[in-house]
Amino acid sequence: MTRLAYYPGCTLKTNARNFEESTMATAEALGVELVEPGRWNCCGTVHALAKDDVMHHLAPIRNLIRVEELNAEGSVDSKKVVTLCAMCYNTLKRSNQVFNQDSDKRKKIRDIMTKEDTQYSGGVEVIHYLEALKEQGWDKVAAQVKKPLKGLKVAPYYGCLLLRPRGIGIDDADSPTIMEDLLKALGAEVVSFAYSQKCCGSYHTVHMREVVADLSHKILKQAEVAGADMLVTACPLCEYNLGQRQTQVKQQYPSFNSIPVVYFTQLMALAFGLGEEATAFEANRPEPTPLLKEKGLLE
Amino acid sequence: MILRSGPENKHYRDRVKELSGENVDLCFQCGACSSGCPMTQEMDYLPSKVIRMVQLGLEEAQESKTIWVCTTCFNCEVRCPRGIDIANVMEALRQLVLRKKYNRVSIDELSPEELRDLPQVALVSNQRKMTA
Repeated sequence: MTRLAYYPGCTLKTNARNFEESTMATAEALGVELVEPGRWNCCGTVHALAKDDVMHHLAPIRNLIRVEELNAEGSVDSKKVVTLCAMCYNTLKRSNQVFNQDSDKRKKIRDIMTKEDTQYSGGVEVIHYLEALKEQGWDKVAAQVKKPLKGLKVAPYYGCLLLRPRGIGIDDADSPTIMEDLLKALGAEVVSFAYSQKCCGSYHTVHMREVVADLSHKILKQAEVAGADMLVTACPLCEYNLGQRQTQVKQQYPSFNSIPVVYFTQLMALAFGLGEEATAFEANRPEPTPLLKEKGLLE
Repeated sequence: MILRSGPENKHYRDRVKELSGENVDLCFQCGACSSGCPMTQEMDYLPSKVIRMVQLGLEEAQESKTIWVCTTCFNCEVRCPRGIDIANVMEALRQLVLRKKYNRVSIDELSPEELRDLPQVALVSNQRKMTA
């Protein structure tokens, strides 16, 4: 078992429990133990873009201190930290980069964080679970597949913060392949579509829900036209806007056909044959189970 | 809109450049940012036009609806041939307004059902971007 630090973030413990549960089960199947720090805090969800903003780097850096502590006490095998939520990935990775590249900010951050038990060295590497899988090798992932997702047409949806800005994203910002590679390893049929990297409207879902439903409709419709049975995502906010917001989409576009949206880890758990608790499809809206039964992938 | 070029315009442009860390003078108005932006249908000025307003030092830039509609998805950053991170400029303009204790949205306007339904990641990021 390789032991890797794991930063969950807020939504993985509530709305996106299915993302976490499916991840834990698939990691275990691949011989990886994800170790959560005993105390972690909100990452802030969005990176501090204003150049004079130091305060909003403290929350991400504090989490990275927790990772270094896990490593120092021997609970994990490296200074890598795995994230699932695209927003957590982005904030942790970007603050880490600011800390390491901007000596003036590094000094300020250290001067403020004097009450922490340990000082941050800058040595943590922030990765996304998809990157951890790629590093293991797609052949290793494929070797765990008990039930290939034959005949399932899946459109990978990347959204924004997993790929952008350039130099931070987990793959090429223009033509990513990491989710396609995973889906192929699982035996699914990959459907490429024009809006796989188009923003879902993000946090505007709070006060501009009609606008977000418009964007979601465009994305979902495009995937349907391209021939997809379902979409996969790697972000709890994308899942909410594209999946759970479909009731709003339906109100605005009565002829809209609902289409399931699941986390990539849920399809992994399905293909690995890890059972209902691991796939955790019951929390997804619209429900993906009727489609998967129709495809002969669920009983 | 009246074009002016006094010291106050230079001051405003420099302030936005400093806060965003972006050299907006590099922009030659190709419009790639606007063409790739997923939110233009909700904007009053296209992102490229907001950049032009900043170049000219026009404070109207921060009065536009555009800066509040931006989702900071960084599509413009990836597309800009001049290497400007337009999302950073939008953030600087928002910050100039928010730092005067302005709140664009209020969490009090949400019903208990909405608060229960919305994921934390949406609420926290929304408040971070839209409130002082």
